[in-house]
Amino acid sequence: MDFIGAYSPDNLRFLMEGLKITLFVAFIAIILSFVIGCIVGTTRYAKVPILSPILMVIVEVLRNLPLLLIILFVQFGLPEIGIKMTITFGAIVALTAFEASMISEIVRAGLTSVPKGQVEAARSSGLTQMQTLWHIVLPQGLRKMVPPLVSQFISLLKDTSLAVIISLAELVHNAQIIMGQNSNYPIPILLLIAVIYFVINYALSLISKRLETKTA
Amino acid sequence: MLDFSILTDYFPLYLEGFLNTIKASVLALIGSFLLGTVIAIFRISGVKLLQWFGTAYVEFIRNIPILIVVLFFSWGLPSVGVKLDGFAAGTLGLTVYTSAFIAEAIRAGIQSVPKGQSEAARSAGMTYIQTMIHVILPQAIKLVIPPLSNQFINLIKNSSVLTIVAGLDLMYFSDKISSETYVIFSTYIFAAMFYLVLTLPMSYGASVLERKWAKNS
Repeated sequence: MDFIGAYSPDNLRFLMEGLKITLFVAFIAIILSFVIGCIVGTTRYAKVPILSPILMVIVEVLRNLPLLLIILFVQFGLPEIGIKMTITFGAIVALTAFEASMISEIVRAGLTSVPKGQVEAARSSGLTQMQTLWHIVLPQGLRKMVPPLVSQFISLLKDTSLAVIISLAELVHNAQIIMGQNSNYPIPILLLIAVIYFVINYALSLISKRLETKTA
Repeated sequence: MLDFSILTDYFPLYLEGFLNTIKASVLALIGSFLLGTVIAIFRISGVKLLQWFGTAYVEFIRNIPILIVVLFFSWGLPSVGVKLDGFAAGTLGLTVYTSAFIAEAIRAGIQSVPKGQSEAARSAGMTYIQTMIHVILPQAIKLVIPPLSNQFINLIKNSSVLTIVAGLDLMYFSDKISSETYVIFSTYIFAAMFYLVLTLPMSYGASVLERKWAKNS
């Protein structure tokens, strides 16, 4: 184990470049999967004919597959039917598809947890279905969704590391390149990147806990 | 659009990977259940040092990617002289990673049994161990089984990281088939079907179980 050699300025700089890509991909995927997950989850909650059953099938298939398979499929399978993407874009698409299906289930569960009496009261006082959803169900449901949403975002950030298989230049990818240079480097480098992930994710989970106590 | 000759020609390879995926998942489930139980006991033991260790273990492992844990076994350990093949390194990584989640599920289950239960058992003259075995655990198990079954589904999906360390799992062989045949789309679709055969019935079963027990309690 060679901590001093492994943590040379060049290596650290190279790891930071990887971290930037990790954070960039995670950030874009979090935003996209949140928006898509909300739309899909709400549509399924509202039981829109034809659309909801189709979405159910897509969500069930996606969330029961390994993310690694989805990443490989998007990057190497889709070009065969004419859909080509850059590595970064492909990673974002695969992550978004998988995490949006997870988030849609969180949203749907959150909306379903709002007592039926609330909906009935809103409807009988003259609100339309959309108004009921927007003013009554969503504000109450959102509160319950915060903790599972944040832990899903943490999962997403961790999951970006799987894009190493399509050689996305993120943190673990760059770490592997450094580890390959010297057989004394793997443990120090793995320890360092583990701590980097831990610090970011633990901070996120603390924020989530504060939000939880504030909104409760 | 789907090239079914891939499925028929390479069925033995798919099957080998499929069985290895099941093997890795079952071994990791047993291992992580045992390890997770020990960590959960640490966390509720009341002994400061053990409690601190248990909390640190769970929080650290849960907040890092599974890939790093697996890479520790496949790159880290060999660098200090412990050589493991891809399957062993991958399965050990899966075990350690999943144990943190299982420890948390077990701890939450045990602590959600009302305090009055253990106080009543203790004042009726039962020892701590007797209280655990006869009073707390039978009630906690009901709350622990649904999250455990979800963990098992995650395990099966996560076992695909074995591919990255050449762990001979289903995804690894699918990757191999695609690089031999250059037919990628169909190869991956069939791989997806093999995974769904495992995960879909289990996730359906888990949600039925959850609803049933939510109603009873």
